[in-house]
Amino acid sequence: MYKGTRQITNSFTKSFYSAAYFFLTPALAAIFIFFFLPVIAAFVMSFTDFDIYSLGNIQYVRFVGFRNYLQLFNDPLFWQALQNTFYFVLVGGPLSVAVSLGAAILLNSKLVRFKSFFRVIYFAPVVTTLVAIAVVWRFVYHPRFGLLNYFLSFFGINPIDWLGDPTYAMPAIILLAVWKNFGYNMIIFIAGLQNIPDELYEAARIDGANARQQFLYITIPMLAPTTLFVSIITMIGYFQLFAEPYVMTQGGPLNSTLSIVLLMYQQGFRWWNMGYSASLAFVLFVIILIGSLVQFKLQKRGEEG
Amino acid sequence: MNKIFTYLIASLLLITLSQLGCRSSPSSETVLIFWAMGAEGENVQKLIPEFERRNPGIKVKVQSIPWTAAHEKLLTAYAGNSTPDVSQLGNTWIPEFTLLNAIENLNLWIEKSSLIKKENYFEGIWKTNVIDDIPYGIPWYVDTRVMFYRKDILEQAGYKNPPATWDEWFDASMKIKQLAGGKEKYAVLLPTNEWVPFVVAGLQNGSTLLKDGNRYGDFSGKEFTKAFEYIMRFYQKKLAPVGITQVTNIYQGMAEGFFAMYITGPWNIGEFQKRMPPALQDKWITAPLPGPEKNRPGVSLAGGASLVIFRNSTKKEQAWKFIEYLSAVQQQLEFYKVTGNLPAVEEAWNDTLFRNNVYVKAFYEQFKHVVPTPKIPEWEQIAMKVQQYAESASAQKMSVNQALAELDKDVNIILEKRRWMLNRK
Amino acid sequence: MKKTLKTMLFLITVFFAVATLTPLLWMLSASVMPAGQASTYPPKFFPESVTLDHYAVLFTRLDVLRYFINSFLISTAVTFISLLFNSMAGYAFAKYRFPGRNRLFKLLISTMVIPAQVTMLPLFLMLNKMGLINTYLGVIIPGMASIFGIFLIRQYALSIPDSLIDAARIDGASDFRIYRSIILPLCKPILITLAIFTFMGTWNDFLWPLIVMTDDSMYTLPVALANLAGEHVQDTELMMAGSVITIMPVMVLFLALQKYYISGLMAGAVKE
Repeated sequence: MYKGTRQITNSFTKSFYSAAYFFLTPALAAIFIFFFLPVIAAFVMSFTDFDIYSLGNIQYVRFVGFRNYLQLFNDPLFWQALQNTFYFVLVGGPLSVAVSLGAAILLNSKLVRFKSFFRVIYFAPVVTTLVAIAVVWRFVYHPRFGLLNYFLSFFGINPIDWLGDPTYAMPAIILLAVWKNFGYNMIIFIAGLQNIPDELYEAARIDGANARQQFLYITIPMLAPTTLFVSIITMIGYFQLFAEPYVMTQGGPLNSTLSIVLLMYQQGFRWWNMGYSASLAFVLFVIILIGSLVQFKLQKRGEEG
Repeated sequence: MNKIFTYLIASLLLITLSQLGCRSSPSSETVLIFWAMGAEGENVQKLIPEFERRNPGIKVKVQSIPWTAAHEKLLTAYAGNSTPDVSQLGNTWIPEFTLLNAIENLNLWIEKSSLIKKENYFEGIWKTNVIDDIPYGIPWYVDTRVMFYRKDILEQAGYKNPPATWDEWFDASMKIKQLAGGKEKYAVLLPTNEWVPFVVAGLQNGSTLLKDGNRYGDFSGKEFTKAFEYIMRFYQKKLAPVGITQVTNIYQGMAEGFFAMYITGPWNIGEFQKRMPPALQDKWITAPLPGPEKNRPGVSLAGGASLVIFRNSTKKEQAWKFIEYLSAVQQQLEFYKVTGNLPAVEEAWNDTLFRNNVYVKAFYEQFKHVVPTPKIPEWEQIAMKVQQYAESASAQKMSVNQALAELDKDVNIILEKRRWMLNRK
Repeated sequence: MKKTLKTMLFLITVFFAVATLTPLLWMLSASVMPAGQASTYPPKFFPESVTLDHYAVLFTRLDVLRYFINSFLISTAVTFISLLFNSMAGYAFAKYRFPGRNRLFKLLISTMVIPAQVTMLPLFLMLNKMGLINTYLGVIIPGMASIFGIFLIRQYALSIPDSLIDAARIDGASDFRIYRSIILPLCKPILITLAIFTFMGTWNDFLWPLIVMTDDSMYTLPVALANLAGEHVQDTELMMAGSVITIMPVMVLFLALQKYYISGLMAGAVKE
């Protein structure tokens, strides 16, 4: 009797497992073959001098240890790209999160009507095609005929060569990125805001808290997990800045919008220095990892403190 | 719902799978795939109908590739075995594709041809297409750098003719600087984000840039050092602005007289005509580059694009016909009219189109004195290093000797792989 | 007091809505302006006369229809295949217990920090060996499954009560039947969200098709548009028409399904 039950359970579990594996296999196989394997290959490549010569003849590949990484740290272009990428992440990231949060609060306010209508409008840039948008924004940024300079002229600001001037090119890229992406995080923030129980606000109101205090002592802390989630997702995405400068500026003028991923692409596909390019990829990977950990730690400390 | 779902997937898979097979064309006519970059790709279309009329049975399919993605598209096509039959190729890319064994040796084709001869081309330009005595490309259009300058400002400085030697160039610059008085104005724009002026000066002074069969850098050699020192004097004496942030718009800078001379290429003729204010239109002109000494003409870069046949092509006969067609004087002129690209065939320059154009005259003179940069795949990387150290030296972060020694060190690292391969052979 | 605050907030909302929409509306407006009218100062917001010439040029001379079909085929294929694969895997992660499940899931999630561009070079060489360069499959294959998709579906499927599944199992339903008739219908909102998300992502993708498709008859719309932009920089109005054609399909799809999409996104966002 006892033995019988166990046998049944066993066979049941077995079929249960096999069903699980049946469901998992297609996706995991695809991810393994077309994502993990290439990642591993890239990692191995980062310790070789795979380059244009190796493309012609595979015998011309050598293991070079950490030479690519050493060369990287001696390359001023790498430091420039790193600096630009940090500029984009540290200025664009918080700005993007702030705009998203502001829009979410606005659209979550009981006082604003036609919420779902505005939600759709604010979200619209997210679904647009970047290449097409870049074409449009290149014209918005046009020094002579562009809408932005026209708008600024009402405030007495002289025309700015947004994409042609190294000082303004990165801000121009940031503005475009924020415009295109804030709608996505806004939705997540709205969901977070709706999850805050109304009773909390009611209780605070009874205790005599004003709107500002309610925001500071209820909304902000209650939204902390969402903010962490949004910040990390945004940071990871922003560290991978590529398409915007690729289609708008090609990294120029004067490499002022050259990002790590763009440099990686140029080294890898344009000049086929695949070993070098792969080492760049892993440096970026480590930076993103550290960035995520730091945010977690900061958040933890914030919660404890 | 589920059924529709399954059917959709199935049918989509079928469609995609059916796309796997080769897309073959009707056998009665040959379709020649021709890759061209940017505006060239768009404009060369206008020359195609005439070729197809003259050669029944051959159709040319032009595929235009954006300049910004051209190099990677060519390399990926090579790796993916899907190279075109004929392609435009920047002539500095020829060494690379030769090394990959991707493009056809044109020796036999040229021998047979009545139309394409070495003598028809500017010598310096032709040489860029020759690797180890074997021609791999036919020049399509040419490009080099000359001096664009403000006639009126140079005249005020006492120069009726453009400076012909390094000494004159420097002297003219000093005088222009004096004319400006205390105002922040300069004589020359030598942007430090470009490698061209430094490399050109070195070549003018007889440096080969690299030595020992392009195995090592020769930038600390005496020819290059002297040239580099000469250019650096322009920054030291404040004859050229250091850094690049002061001039965001070169046309405006030239119009305001912020600088009076600028070394640049033929594409800027059209831009200057468009962007310089009307009052200044007769005040600017072009001149060949000054040389280091009297009777030693200043050389410039042999740039431009060539036409190549890929080795994988099965239609080389037709491809060669097409190259011959594009190399005829008439098509060279036609191409100039639609793109503004200067013809590679010397005879085309006798046309009134050029004889009446005061701006291109300097280019014609210059093309007689052009030399190629080292013909190795690493050159672009090396050129970027030159620019990087020139920038440091111009900002006086490094002395000339220090910068050039460091430059050689970096270049030798870049060339390490090349040396290793040459030793293995 | 409250009324003024209300009006003020409303005005702010409207102002930002206008600012958000301006580039898109201007694109639409410029695309029907006669050539040269968009490059004037001060900029024109509305065309003086309307022309559809640029659209005609795109469809007749520049073969936009072909790129449209390419984009459509690829995006649809990726959407369906990845929806199938991701939903299966997401369901397994949510509702099956098997050894190493949590570790495997954590591993997957943690690899989301790897920039996708890392894989491009080896992936290219690999697909090249498989003969898939310049084919639809070459573009479709890397999108067949996504960790993000699995994650979204797992989060959603977690909320499906086990009792439903157990009841079906007692009734003798097979595992696949449970997946098909219970899980999929219940996951509809998140599936629609993910479908739009995937379709948009594939439609908008630029770099991968640029690299994989060597022949221009295989280009997708964004690649063709970027190509066009290189040659027609000065033809602003034509470029705007090209942008409209590129953006329009995903925009229409989004507007048609926005209710599901946004609610699905919000549902996915709340759960940890």
